[in-house]
Amino acid sequence: MLNHLSKLVSNRYIGTTICSKRCYTTFKYNKLNDKDIEEFKSILNNEETLLIRDKDDLVSFNSDWMKKYKGNSQLLLKPRNTEQVSSILRYCNERKLALVPQGGNTGLVGGSVPYDDEIILSMSLMNKINDFDPVTGVVTCEAGVILQQLEDYLEPLGYTVPFDLGAKGSCQLGGNISTNAGGIRLLRYGSLHGNVLGLEAVLANGTVLNLNSTLRKDNTGYDLKQLFIGSEGTLGVITKVSLITPPKPTSVNVALLACDSFSSVKKLLIQAKTKLGDILSAFEFMDRGCIDLVLRHQPLQEPFSEKPKFYILLETSGFNETHDQEKLNEFLEYIMEQGLTVDGTVATDSKNQSTIWKFRETITESLGKEGAVYKYDLSLPIDQFYELVEVMRLRLGSKANVVGFGHVGDANLHLNISTPNQKYSKEMINLIEPFVYEYTSKHNGSISAEHGIGLMKKDHLHYSKTSSSIQLMKLLKNSMDPNHILNPNKVLPF
Amino acid sequence: MSFKVLVPIKRVVDYAVKIRVKGDKSGVETNGVKMSMNPFDEIAVEEAIRLKEKGIATEVVAVSMGPKTCQETIRGSIAMGADKGIHVDGGTTDLQPLAVAKLLKKLVDKEKPNLVILGKQAIDDDSNQTGQMLAGLLNWPQATFASKVDIDKSSPNSVKVTREIDGGLETLSMKLPAIITCDLRLNEPRYAKLQNIMKSKKAELQVLTPQELGVDTNTNLKTISVEEPPKRTGGVKVDSIDAVITSLKKFALI
Repeated sequence: MLNHLSKLVSNRYIGTTICSKRCYTTFKYNKLNDKDIEEFKSILNNEETLLIRDKDDLVSFNSDWMKKYKGNSQLLLKPRNTEQVSSILRYCNERKLALVPQGGNTGLVGGSVPYDDEIILSMSLMNKINDFDPVTGVVTCEAGVILQQLEDYLEPLGYTVPFDLGAKGSCQLGGNISTNAGGIRLLRYGSLHGNVLGLEAVLANGTVLNLNSTLRKDNTGYDLKQLFIGSEGTLGVITKVSLITPPKPTSVNVALLACDSFSSVKKLLIQAKTKLGDILSAFEFMDRGCIDLVLRHQPLQEPFSEKPKFYILLETSGFNETHDQEKLNEFLEYIMEQGLTVDGTVATDSKNQSTIWKFRETITESLGKEGAVYKYDLSLPIDQFYELVEVMRLRLGSKANVVGFGHVGDANLHLNISTPNQKYSKEMINLIEPFVYEYTSKHNGSISAEHGIGLMKKDHLHYSKTSSSIQLMKLLKNSMDPNHILNPNKVLPF
Repeated sequence: MSFKVLVPIKRVVDYAVKIRVKGDKSGVETNGVKMSMNPFDEIAVEEAIRLKEKGIATEVVAVSMGPKTCQETIRGSIAMGADKGIHVDGGTTDLQPLAVAKLLKKLVDKEKPNLVILGKQAIDDDSNQTGQMLAGLLNWPQATFASKVDIDKSSPNSVKVTREIDGGLETLSMKLPAIITCDLRLNEPRYAKLQNIMKSKKAELQVLTPQELGVDTNTNLKTISVEEPPKRTGGVKVDSIDAVITSLKKFALI
């Protein structure tokens, strides 16, 4: 048992559950056989390329983006349409074969890869954009559409996707919706729970649930689509979605502001909301540690000579350049008068805008270059927001480099603990967990603001949800997927 | 000892904008489109400010020509560190490089700078002519596509410029006053600090007109039409060597 664990650690993979892989849940599954393969081939119109069985070809699908989790799937299926998804699920449900629905495989909590030998159901071929209404801004598309692809489609039409994240070049809509993706624009456009108007999902027994609607308002019975938004593929497979998209702002301003204390950051946030109001589109923060990391690994220069403790990246988006500039100037004058910022700069052209964004966007990559990184995505009350970073620094001392950054406008902290030049270690995890979760729970925060639960946090769900709520979730799961074939061993601690 | 640097800058369509040609083919659509300082001019401003910081230059004057919106661009250079800004209000007249060069000559006669440093070309017309024409009109030496500029602080009456040319790098020495045009690798422009951005908004700019400078901005150049390049058609897949040869013959390539 311990040998198994140490082997995992030395290969830089982590198994977060202690039981051996074959007994990953209390549910019994069957093993894939040749008859199953024949059946899948027939469902997929005998198109051989829609099945992947070669071990080497499956490697990238079996592992997550951070190479933290590794599954052992023997088969990947690529359906072309909803009917095929329905037939596959119906068959798997009868045969008790487990599946993992997979989109762009960009998740950070091990939710998109098999735990063991589940079949991988790839949505990549279902990538058509079906319809767009230029009056309402509602777009309907298949779940395999890549976020960047949708953005490129909407841009010339004058619209934009209401959310944005670093993984946009690979992540797919189905995955974004199953994980209720957040991102840098949530501050402005709200969450997917509000922006998804309808979807089509296939249930575990193959039933196609048509909840597809392009209506902005529809109060007819229980709002079932909300069940699929954020349930990480455990209640159904999303095949189509209708999203409301906002007009693409034509006037964008980006400012980088330096603060020397977190209390100034808080005051700045209040001023940004009141003075910039409807044009505020992003309010991100990063601490000194993050900036130093970025400067070490990226070809960027530090814009401020004073080496401030915090940077705030502020973005405004609107439709009237003059009006927005006036609002921004008023805001900047005020914060300078009040001494809320020690220095700052405003991007003068789009090259400068993207350079300033690079400071924020390359933090993750820069962290990755140093060694093992332990990532925690938490929602905390704004007063405790940065306290946790300082507490962890004290707790870990010279063993690790603790940094904090994230969507401070939404009170969402990305706590990152980096151990330069070292591999993942169980020791380090034990120093961090469950302390981080206990701290979060004590302050009524969330142990996963936007990344989701996946495999990583399913045993910690109780830190943020009461036992009666977890019970109700289990009830829903048991009734919608009694054989537990959909993404087993994820999200709920069965 | 005074050492003045004149930096002409141009307001152009931002480099990241996907440009569209106007329906009447008269030009590129600029209405409601994001405009910025020409990137090469930004490099020129940066170089001038660095000369000031090195104690060589004592004053940096930025000048831009065109409609009132140019003033924003001039303020941008003041925010970076330029001392004074001049706006030559040409209204909606399309100013061609020769007209710009003539206007600059008049300004040079007025301001008497030791050095005029420009971007090598504007990203909207890619003319790459203004600096050279100005040198011709003034009969001053010129060094274009500069990737390095060196002035000896102890004897600031000549400048050594390294230029990027097809064969590699060429280093020239010129007596001042002279014209330099900048290339991409000369420097990395600084971020303008917030206090300076705020100050620049209140800065007073000197506004002149082509008439006051006594320049006729009419040139003999008329744009007849502006069109998009032909859309790229898809390729064709063939499945045998014979088919390849037939296709090549069909398109008169062999």
